[in-house]
Amino acid sequence: MSTTPEQLYNFGFIDEDSKREVRRQILKAIALPGHQVPFASRDLPIARGWGTGGLQITMAIIDADDTLKVIDQGDDESVNAVNLRRLLQRTTGVTTTVDTTAASIIQTRHRIPEEPMRRDQILVLQVPMVDPLRWVEPNLERATIMHGESDYGRMWVYMYESVVKAGDLRIATQYPVIVAGRYMMDTTPIPRWDVMRLHNAEALFLFGAGREKRIYAVPPYTTIEPLQFEDFRFKTEFVAGQICARCGAQDTFLTSHFVVDSDHADGGHWRSSCSDTSFCDKRVLVNATTQEAPQ
Amino acid sequence: MGYIAARGGTTAIINAEQLVEYLRLQGGSTPLELIQIRDQLRHAVGRAMNEGALYAPMLAALAVKQAEGDSIEASFLLRAYRSTLSRIMPTLPISGEAMRCMRRISASFKDIPGGQMLGPSQDYQIRLLNNLIASETAESVTAVLAAYEQLVDAGMSADGAIGHFPKVADYMRQQQMIAPLPAEPDTSEPYDITRTAISFPCPRSARLQSLSQGDTGCLLTYAYSSVRGYGDAHPTLAELRFGYLPIQVAHPLTGEAITIGEISATECEIVSKAHSVAAKQSTPRFNLGYGFTFGHGEVKAISMAILDSVLTQAKAKGLSGESGPAANEEFVLLHSDGIEASGFTAHYKLPHYVTFEADLKVLDRAREHTTTQSQSRLQEIATRTQEASA
Repeated sequence: MSTTPEQLYNFGFIDEDSKREVRRQILKAIALPGHQVPFASRDLPIARGWGTGGLQITMAIIDADDTLKVIDQGDDESVNAVNLRRLLQRTTGVTTTVDTTAASIIQTRHRIPEEPMRRDQILVLQVPMVDPLRWVEPNLERATIMHGESDYGRMWVYMYESVVKAGDLRIATQYPVIVAGRYMMDTTPIPRWDVMRLHNAEALFLFGAGREKRIYAVPPYTTIEPLQFEDFRFKTEFVAGQICARCGAQDTFLTSHFVVDSDHADGGHWRSSCSDTSFCDKRVLVNATTQEAPQ
Repeated sequence: MGYIAARGGTTAIINAEQLVEYLRLQGGSTPLELIQIRDQLRHAVGRAMNEGALYAPMLAALAVKQAEGDSIEASFLLRAYRSTLSRIMPTLPISGEAMRCMRRISASFKDIPGGQMLGPSQDYQIRLLNNLIASETAESVTAVLAAYEQLVDAGMSADGAIGHFPKVADYMRQQQMIAPLPAEPDTSEPYDITRTAISFPCPRSARLQSLSQGDTGCLLTYAYSSVRGYGDAHPTLAELRFGYLPIQVAHPLTGEAITIGEISATECEIVSKAHSVAAKQSTPRFNLGYGFTFGHGEVKAISMAILDSVLTQAKAKGLSGESGPAANEEFVLLHSDGIEASGFTAHYKLPHYVTFEADLKVLDRAREHTTTQSQSRLQEIATRTQEASA
């Protein structure tokens, strides 16, 4: 059994038997793409709902020679990301990185990195809501039967009603998709912008929900179809003409934030920039060297 | 001392009290000082104050001590004490903007005017039992205080407050993300459920007062049920702040606003996307839910804000999908008071000889009824068999 820099704890915090159990359920999840596999979620020194499902997957699959990246909202420096990285780093001693292309495992909350991931990389997603049917059927026993029978009619009705009432499918993030033509799956709170980046991708996507005690997976080269109607297609958040105020990217997911600026009357102004900060930083660097910076 | 002596049980009651006192002190350890409880059991004291609905830190410390750490019992003691105080006057309405914040965060935007201030928070602590706390000494306490004093010398405020901050909700109003404030502020005195029994439908002020003195665990459960699946809450935290809030009253003669002190308080505002489909709404906007507690009660403030938002939605009939038990205002408000709920649940320990005797009679009659019915049925079958064979 491997030991860690902190001798009191096992490599990757949780004990080897628990890790093995998580890995068995991961294998089952990969064999049944989009199907929610129950697992006995262990208690971690991080609060439930703060990434304990993703953490347990990372802890179960991580190796001493892995390179780890942890992001929250696309940002490596977000406090939660810093905190989870600190725990994983302390209990494994692995190398960490902010560079998407340099990581072998990326643990994330709410985003898929902008740079396409390769076949030798794994993206671990932290999942708050496991079941897309929760919108129409909160009872787990009934929802499980509905999944078993591919009985998704009520979900279609829900989608139809939301288009009629609100002019769009009301589910903004955690958009429901059909995986490999079979199971309906919740895409975690990734924005719609990221949904199709799960489709026929090279990398393996593992989804972990610690509080809800479920694991599911989208293996490489698996089809993902968002729920949509022939005359009302799936739309992402993308707005034509959008641009990142930092790097000038016109095809990324942007978030708005307040920038302190003494020239403005309000002490600053609002602007939008890439939520994937590592990608944005790279582009800023390239822009600086090629003298094409937008501002 | 038999419990049956519900009559003439004075000795039993006195002995029971003595036994409770003995159990509390039997270890012979140094008695807890109230000031230790107030300072070192900050959350227990805060919870007793907000559920007991009385801002009185030292009395709350006493209640926590007397209740041996039982949170509902401690708030019960304070709530009962509150009845001995006359209500002099309502305070003037106050905005959270007046708070000297120790902490203020938003989950809606990465950076906000004034900045994100983590402040005193255990959120990002890795929850490992800290052995060092078990062996704290006077020296280690002095060391911590000296380290903080250095920060104070370098410009940090002595009570941890960083300053005043604009409200994220105000920015959201400017951007028309949420409904504007009413043009004329409502100056009427808020509903006071301690003076007028709550009746339904109730005004929002009654709802907020009721929730703010509700049991933390109960509000948490209802709010959680709504966000987990038995509801349509989908909240985003616009802002959570914790700090010191000045309290003002109008001078009885001049009407001038007079600051009478500061309280420690937590305020939370959440936006819920549920409103975007509200019927009859000209422009779809997010709905705002409000939460407030005395002391540092973040989970309760968030739960309260979620429930306020869900209940507003339910009234506006803006919900779609499953609305769940948390959307039923009567159900939520009438069951969330921990003191009422625990009192009634515990009352089953009282003698019920009379009611039970009556229940037994009903049971007897039901038995008789069943016996008579089966007898008459048997008789009927016997008669029919005789007739058939005849």
